[in-house]
Amino acid sequence: MDAIRTEALTKHYTVGFWRPRPYVALDGLTLQVGQGEVFGFLGPNGAGKTTTLKLLMQLIYPTSGHAEILGKPVGDVGVKRRIGYLPEQPYLYDYLTAEELLEYFAALFGFAAAERRRRTAALLDEVGIGAERRLPLRKFSKGMLQRVGIAQALINEPELVFLDEPMSGLDPLGRREIRQLILRLRDRGCTVFFSSHVLADAETLCSRVAILAKGRLVTAGRLSDMVAFKVRGWELVVSGLTDAALRETQARGHVTNVTRLAEGRYALELPLTPPPEETTAALIARGASLVSLTPVRDTLEDFFVRQVSGSTDSRFRETA
Amino acid sequence: MRVIGHVAVNVFKESVRDKILYNLVVFAVLLMAASFLIGELTAGQDVKIIKDLGLASISIFGLLIAIFIGIGLVWKEVEKRSIYTLLAKPIRRQEFLLGKYCGLVLTLVINVAVMTVAFYLVLAYMQAETPANIREAWPAPATDPAMLKAVGLIVLELLLVTAIALFFSTFSSPFLSAMMTMAVWVIGHFNQDLRDYGATISSPVAAALAKGIYYVVPNFALFDVKLQAVHAQPIPLRYLLLTSLYGATYVAFVLLAAAIIFSRRDFK
Repeated sequence: MDAIRTEALTKHYTVGFWRPRPYVALDGLTLQVGQGEVFGFLGPNGAGKTTTLKLLMQLIYPTSGHAEILGKPVGDVGVKRRIGYLPEQPYLYDYLTAEELLEYFAALFGFAAAERRRRTAALLDEVGIGAERRLPLRKFSKGMLQRVGIAQALINEPELVFLDEPMSGLDPLGRREIRQLILRLRDRGCTVFFSSHVLADAETLCSRVAILAKGRLVTAGRLSDMVAFKVRGWELVVSGLTDAALRETQARGHVTNVTRLAEGRYALELPLTPPPEETTAALIARGASLVSLTPVRDTLEDFFVRQVSGSTDSRFRETA
Repeated sequence: MRVIGHVAVNVFKESVRDKILYNLVVFAVLLMAASFLIGELTAGQDVKIIKDLGLASISIFGLLIAIFIGIGLVWKEVEKRSIYTLLAKPIRRQEFLLGKYCGLVLTLVINVAVMTVAFYLVLAYMQAETPANIREAWPAPATDPAMLKAVGLIVLELLLVTAIALFFSTFSSPFLSAMMTMAVWVIGHFNQDLRDYGATISSPVAAALAKGIYYVVPNFALFDVKLQAVHAQPIPLRYLLLTSLYGATYVAFVLLAAAIIFSRRDFK
């Protein structure tokens, strides 16, 4: 049984008051996500990621198509007991404290008072706001609210959790903590479905991804298998590089571009062949020190730009 | 039922934290100030005026809460998007709606109860302070328990107004919802006139329209027995029961319509 299954899931909105036209927010999405996967749902803003998540949470109804979660149609109350959901930029009841909010949500799952308190305390500690548990949410920063949002999504120890842009609003430390949390969830056997427009998040976490642009699924699979994201060169940063050593390396055709960063420090773009280890070793032998060596590949943004610029079709459908 | 209860308690908590219950202080101050002033100005009539003023205030304060909180109950959740997290929990949309309704009803009932206690305390004070020869001229004692019948029907009216406000708020903006709820309330008080309107005009279209509105809009005048309560006129139990049945049926239909609209709605 798949954790998530959608078949030709489509959502049109009507836009315009005087001349209403259907706008295609999601166009025939067919997708399967297996249990235990960390699945990245990627796409630029307006690609249809949030629409998909809302359809899966039955906050909106599809124009056509079908979706199942854990083998049951979406909206099934029994299924809701087994899932968690963090909306994009969650708005929580700001007149409650973090503790009250979590206990309220735990009550909706039917947990007894003692169990509600236990889960609330453990989760608030896990997301790092145990000390602020009795503070009203209206006094929380954006990052703290995001943490409470994540905690509420996990209150029922879900088998499957949907996270809509979980890293948004978090500082680098917060992002790292959330990445670690997602990995912990995976290790517990929880399926994680998260949307993001940041490729780096998907690279470090996901077993598979789906990429969405203009409401359509562009590609799905393992990120490393996707041609668009293959390594197409290397960026080598060295210090203490002499002019002579640089000229010699350039003369051999092992460097495609050079940028001078600071005194004696250079960023060199290397082709795929020869392997970067050879060029690096040769430069170190001439007295340079290695600062960093990173693969160069298309970013998700490059990919999106290509996808979007390549297509001229409108998302508005003409009415018959 | 359990889920509805949790949502209702949360609505009550919200109204307490949003300081809705402060209106009780305003009510108490208003009533005490009025009783003092009226006591100075009139002789013998003051209890009647205070009874009038007290019942009218309970009704108006309740009405303001029912309309202005009622129209925001659902709208606020959708607008602030807090409904996203909530509806992902094991709760049906109808349960959410009913929970919201029950929460506001709980707030209103507590409000009216406290106002009624304050009202009777002021009346008891007046009774104690009035000389026996003046008291004898009163048609009923100041603390006449029959006035509770009027309070009971006020509560029933508030239940209906809340349901109507909630109904409009499932598909409309707060401003429009408030306007429409108030329109229904005002028209509902002149319902009897609408029924007779057909006999006084020649246009069959206008007559049919008036009749249509008469059948759809609840007859709010039925819930108003304040005058009878103040003047110690009898309010039969049978009338109370039938009016309660009428009100409860209307509430059920309005909530059902609200639930149908709400369960089909997209939260964009």
